[in-house]
Amino acid sequence: MSSDKLIVPGAEDRKLLDVRGLKVTFRSNNKEAVKGIDLSMAPGERLGLVGESGSGKTVTAMAISGLIERYNVDMEGEILFNGKDLRNATRDEIRRIQGREIGVVFQEPMTSLNPLMKIGYQVEETLRIHTKATPERRKELAIEALTKVGLPDPEVTYNKYPHQLSGGQRQRAMIASAAVIKPALLICDEPTTALDVSVQAQILELLKSISEEYDVGILLISHDLRVIKALCERVAVMYKGRIVEQGLTEEVFSDPKDEYTRQLISAIPQRKRR
Amino acid sequence: MKQYMKNPNFRLGAIITGFMIILILIGALWTPYDPNAMDASAKMQGPSFAHILGTDNFGRDIFSRVIQGAGATFTIAAATVAIGLLIGVTVGALTGYYGGWLDEVLMRINDSILAFPSILLALVIIALMGGGKYNIIVALGILFIPSFARIVRTEVAKQKNMDYVRNARLMGAGDMRILFVHIMPNIVPVLLSSVAIGFNNAVLSEASMSYLGVGVQPPDPSLGRMLNEAQTYLTTAPWYAFFVGIAIVLLILGFGLLSEGLGGGDGDVIR
Repeated sequence: MSSDKLIVPGAEDRKLLDVRGLKVTFRSNNKEAVKGIDLSMAPGERLGLVGESGSGKTVTAMAISGLIERYNVDMEGEILFNGKDLRNATRDEIRRIQGREIGVVFQEPMTSLNPLMKIGYQVEETLRIHTKATPERRKELAIEALTKVGLPDPEVTYNKYPHQLSGGQRQRAMIASAAVIKPALLICDEPTTALDVSVQAQILELLKSISEEYDVGILLISHDLRVIKALCERVAVMYKGRIVEQGLTEEVFSDPKDEYTRQLISAIPQRKRR
Repeated sequence: MKQYMKNPNFRLGAIITGFMIILILIGALWTPYDPNAMDASAKMQGPSFAHILGTDNFGRDIFSRVIQGAGATFTIAAATVAIGLLIGVTVGALTGYYGGWLDEVLMRINDSILAFPSILLALVIIALMGGGKYNIIVALGILFIPSFARIVRTEVAKQKNMDYVRNARLMGAGDMRILFVHIMPNIVPVLLSSVAIGFNNAVLSEASMSYLGVGVQPPDPSLGRMLNEAQTYLTTAPWYAFFVGIAIVLLILGFGLLSEGLGGGDGDVIR
């Protein structure tokens, strides 16, 4: 990890992310979407957050990424990122962390890229916002990132527009734009859901190699346990706003403690059916 | 640009507008006769080789006056649209993006401007400030702000919830950066066609104002003023009104077709 990351000096068990007793309530209908959850991640760790639609997993991710201020919500609890409480941070402080320390990859690669901006420009955007890198250096880093995510002819792709890329390629470009600055945490909200199965596996493989190479922690949100299993070392199962089970992926899969987890695992289609 | 040229409306519009602009440019540099020079021996003559569009009641060459008048009309319309666009886009972008009380206040002001018939309001402004070319530009410019503000506001409000904007925000981009670097280019196709429509309205408004006698002052030519003069001689010199009318029609038709071509769903080709 690069030296300019926010590191709490002397912390015994340094945590990248530490969510404590997070509650999120929507003001509009007074519905508690997240009912007090605890989550923690070590630097470079890959944690999967799995649950059905409406279980609160995306709301949790939005709260961590700082996007939730856009919605009318009441929040309780702490979100410590590298020891800094994001809930008490000012807008400017959050903005300095967004993109720089926390990158986000969304489900929809089709609409998440600006249709009128060249891929290269979009990949460079975080560098432009957060660093003083020269245009030449930015381009160098962008090309490097495009190469890293396995896009063909990075030099050519750099000057392409999103509509000239396929869905899988766009998702790679998205990952490149989030990873180019080497953030400490990458939040991936259903990154493979909109892609077909063969591309899914490639994207997951890519996320894994980026995580390992750059020492990036990944918080993967998915409803699909197979996706989590392919990428994450640990998994947290969310159900109706609560975390019902949390542990090493292997252990949760081989010996699920909670009834809901058991149902989820049994819902995975078996290989013979494909 | 290339994909727009495939649209027949756009192509025809471009040809007509190009033709008018060339005439206007010629008129700005050279006219066959001094447009304001009177010639008592050549009053009310029909089209001839000496005066291709004939002469008016003072013996002035109509062709010279039409191309110079079209130039005046064109300049006023362009300046009007520029003012409306500049302020309208700013107001629309801010209200659409931030919403809230700012949006409420500015949009109610907007509505109240829109509530008046535009010519009436322009006349009020002229009555307060006095007539003449520059006051017309200011008066019409103010009138053009609301429509641009409204269009931009709607578009920005639509775009700001799109995934790519959410994404830009998560990259740590500031509001102004999101608004003007990320969102604005996506609004340009819509804005372009409304600029063309706005320009048309400005040409018509200028012509109406000058027709009513509060715009370009005599003896300088303007299409509206000339139409006003021509109406007196509609029976004795019908070509006067006819050629002036044709000039206005061509100006408007050209831009109308351009906007048709721009707005004809072709904006999607960019995506």
